[in-house]
Amino acid sequence: MTVSLRALLGATAFVALTGVAMAETTITVATVNNGDMIRMQGLMDDFYAKNPDIKVEWVTLEENVLRQNVTTDIATNGGQYDVLTIGTYEVPIWGKQGWLASLNDLPADYDVDDLLPAIRGGLTVDGNLMASPFYGESSMVMYRKDLMDAAGLTMSDAPTWTEIEAAAKAMTDKSKEQYGICLRGKAGWGENMAFLTAMSNSFGARWFDEAWVPQFDQPEWKATLETYLRVMTEYGPPGASNNGFNENLTLFQQGKCGMWIDATVAASFVTGKDSTVADKVGFALAPDNGLGKRGNWLWAWSLAIPASSQKQDAAKAFINWATNKDYLALVASKEGWANVPPGTRTSLYSNPEYASIPFAKMTIDSINAADPNAPTVKPVPYVGVQFVAIPEFQGLGTSVGQEFSAALAGQKSVDEALAAAQALVTDEMTAAGYIK
Amino acid sequence: MATQSSRKAARAMLSPTVILLLVWMIVPLAMTLWFSLQRYNLLYPDRTGFNDFGNYTRFVLSPAFGGAVVNTLVLVVGVLAITVILGILIALLIDQPIWGQGIVRILVISPFFIMPPVAALIWKNMFMNPTNGLFAEAAKFIGLSPYDFLGNAPLASIILIVAWQWLPFATLILLTALQSLSSEELEAAEMDGAGPVSRFWYIMLPHLARAITVVVLIQTIFLLGIFGEILVTTNGGPGTSSTTLPYLIYKEALLDFDVGTAAAGGVVAVILANIVAFFLMRAIGKNLDA
Amino acid sequence: MARHVTTQRRAINSAAAWTVALMLFFPILWTVLTSFKPEAQAVASPPIFLGFDWTLQNYVDVNEQRDYFRYFVNSVIIALGSTALGLVLAIPAAWSMAFVPGRKTKDLLMWMLSTKMMPAVGVLVPIYLLFKTLGLLDTRVGLVVVLTLMNLPIIVWMLYTYFKEIPGEILEAARMDGATLKSEILYVLTPMAVPGIASTVLLNIILAWNEAFWTINLTVTDAAPLTKFISGFSSPQGLFYAKLSAASTMAIAPILIMGWFSQKQLVRGLTFGAVK
Repeated sequence: MTVSLRALLGATAFVALTGVAMAETTITVATVNNGDMIRMQGLMDDFYAKNPDIKVEWVTLEENVLRQNVTTDIATNGGQYDVLTIGTYEVPIWGKQGWLASLNDLPADYDVDDLLPAIRGGLTVDGNLMASPFYGESSMVMYRKDLMDAAGLTMSDAPTWTEIEAAAKAMTDKSKEQYGICLRGKAGWGENMAFLTAMSNSFGARWFDEAWVPQFDQPEWKATLETYLRVMTEYGPPGASNNGFNENLTLFQQGKCGMWIDATVAASFVTGKDSTVADKVGFALAPDNGLGKRGNWLWAWSLAIPASSQKQDAAKAFINWATNKDYLALVASKEGWANVPPGTRTSLYSNPEYASIPFAKMTIDSINAADPNAPTVKPVPYVGVQFVAIPEFQGLGTSVGQEFSAALAGQKSVDEALAAAQALVTDEMTAAGYIK
Repeated sequence: MATQSSRKAARAMLSPTVILLLVWMIVPLAMTLWFSLQRYNLLYPDRTGFNDFGNYTRFVLSPAFGGAVVNTLVLVVGVLAITVILGILIALLIDQPIWGQGIVRILVISPFFIMPPVAALIWKNMFMNPTNGLFAEAAKFIGLSPYDFLGNAPLASIILIVAWQWLPFATLILLTALQSLSSEELEAAEMDGAGPVSRFWYIMLPHLARAITVVVLIQTIFLLGIFGEILVTTNGGPGTSSTTLPYLIYKEALLDFDVGTAAAGGVVAVILANIVAFFLMRAIGKNLDA
Repeated sequence: MARHVTTQRRAINSAAAWTVALMLFFPILWTVLTSFKPEAQAVASPPIFLGFDWTLQNYVDVNEQRDYFRYFVNSVIIALGSTALGLVLAIPAAWSMAFVPGRKTKDLLMWMLSTKMMPAVGVLVPIYLLFKTLGLLDTRVGLVVVLTLMNLPIIVWMLYTYFKEIPGEILEAARMDGATLKSEILYVLTPMAVPGIASTVLLNIILAWNEAFWTINLTVTDAAPLTKFISGFSSPQGLFYAKLSAASTMAIAPILIMGWFSQKQLVRGLTFGAVK
């Protein structure tokens, strides 16, 4: 480790908190503050035992702050991080820019062929693996078995939207603060638009046609939005236009939602110790309309190395440790199989011990039902299930999300919201040079 | 006392501050002006070159711009009105002889110590949430149906949150001013038969004019830049009903990573802020003359 | 204003003042209470005020996940550093403006304030690039400089208005006695202005402690203060209100305690020239 003058001055000013560095390499790892990552930080003794010469500095941040910090850094070549936690949205874009170091040369015990094909596909750019998945998720239906029983209904493993709507109706009793369905409503590309874009896929809709012309003026989008607004207005909770993942999770755990369609990782929370309905939850695939695509998304929080990092070897050693099969076994031995980061490796799902987890099968089936490289019924020029992997999408998705949240709040009609979305996306895409 | 030598000394002592602030103003401003004329998107390193005023037209002509300007002004004026009016009332109240004055003051000041993002999260989730929030519980308790604050009145809700954060600042300054009012003056007025209302109107309020001006000026400068609270609570929605100018710039800078347009937005915001400051100074600046 | 009031009047005033004060303080009280709840009870409906299962688990969790002390030290250094640097710059400047006023003094003040008008988010990338070039990213020095410059206009203004209330004759008398300019400022003016300086210091510390844009975006680990600490606890997946409340309580407790002990000074000096 090179000791800079600055560090030296800092060290003299304060009691040296860390021991004097010898041949130690310190890598800075930026990560999101989700449970699986926090758990990893508690298991670092194992890493240090295997890599005594590497020291890891953690930067744990809330998702939005993480994204803005690491994007600013990597794009300005700031060089502050050695390992980044990024998602399936960033990897294709950053990989194309040459900002990420390829992970093709990880050691053999990493076993790259064990990665789930859908996840691996989303993290591969031009044949090179650009990031290693730490955990993967899709979305699915979580529902209350007791309320379904009371209504005399059964949920099929692969429901249609018609079934969902009927179930929502049957389970709603607003006088008891019991709402048939809870869905995301807060504006944002990773909030309501993640859900709505995935949902629109099952209605045969798409963001763009092959010539990058926005498709919000098409009947498929209208059908999507009409269905969404109808079920949410009639069977949804009040104030849904500001509900994101956490708000809905709270509602569901309190027993106020009959169904909730959201990330598969929520399954461990709704069946966990903080949930009042832990033993009453059933799982089903996200709904479809018989068009061949379901309304579920695909996401993987993944570890990647900036091409500019000076500590590639140490960073690779860390990524190999954190995303290896051995790590899954380590978590299982310390915290039980239910706490293993899900959705990245085939071997995990062929493990009989893991298969006994109630949501394991539905999670893997959901992940396998999503294909980022062919997300829609009609052909599209982009990659991504619940997003469009172009740099403009964060802004576009948020603007469109605002329009749709306005419709949910009753400020706009379906037609007005869609017309506004069509106009603003057309403007942006023209300005960005996609539409000639 | 302003001799030749003291003038020289004064200039020497003033200059470090002035020079530093000048650098702090000019360097980012110059960079921002430069970037605002460039094609510069962090995510498109290969797109470069002059864009003339393309970034400006893009920013100003975007459909959300007009509404954002209005929302920004509503936010600033709303927070100012609440903090000044409530600030005066609270200052009057805790200036009276009361039991436990010290503790009361401490409690009133406390919201000022809370980090803005935390304040927004607390209010959103623990108070304004229409199913779990305390307001909803209170409404249910007295038999009303809960109100969806952030959905139906997003901007007003954000004003409430921000006003809560800034009320202590206003109260403090107004209280200090109130305490400097000589009691003889008030007692004399009381002797002359002036009631509490006219005492407030003709003696206290004029005395507070300067303090109010200070509150308005300083808060305006801080309030014009607010977006963190919006990000946490509504993301500018539903629709664009809580989108302000800084939030629009945030969208360009940290969602699109379009540095050029964000810079143009920054320049536009500075110009608008100066216009606001100009009118503000014309309206109340005379109060600042000692 | 030591006016005599009847006990009855005093009781009514006290009741009203306490009601208002408790209402304003309630969100903070609620946060502190929530920090002692198990996560599930933190979102219970109807809410539980005191009869929950008190626990310190959230504090244990927060401390296990993050090294609080390191962030705390950075917050202290940044807040005190920027305040000290700000005073060194602002006291002489405020002296000049107060005792050797020019025709442009007021314009100068307004100009200083106007340097705060650029929205921070609009200049993030320029400043980031500048910091990168100067090697100031993730350094306490860099943050101290930025926060000093941000708050300097306010400090100058506060001190200027306070100094102006000090009769110039006293300073003149000191000079007649042969005091140099330096000793005039250090030994005559500064002691007289202690209340004003004290509240300036306090206000500046509060503003620096709570600044949550530059401190988050210009730091990584070495210089990261409590604002960044908090950002690791807001909105993760899963219930988090109790843990966020615990982290928030830890982040605001130092400044809150400081404020409590010094509120008299803060109130006394925060005049901005309101005293005539």
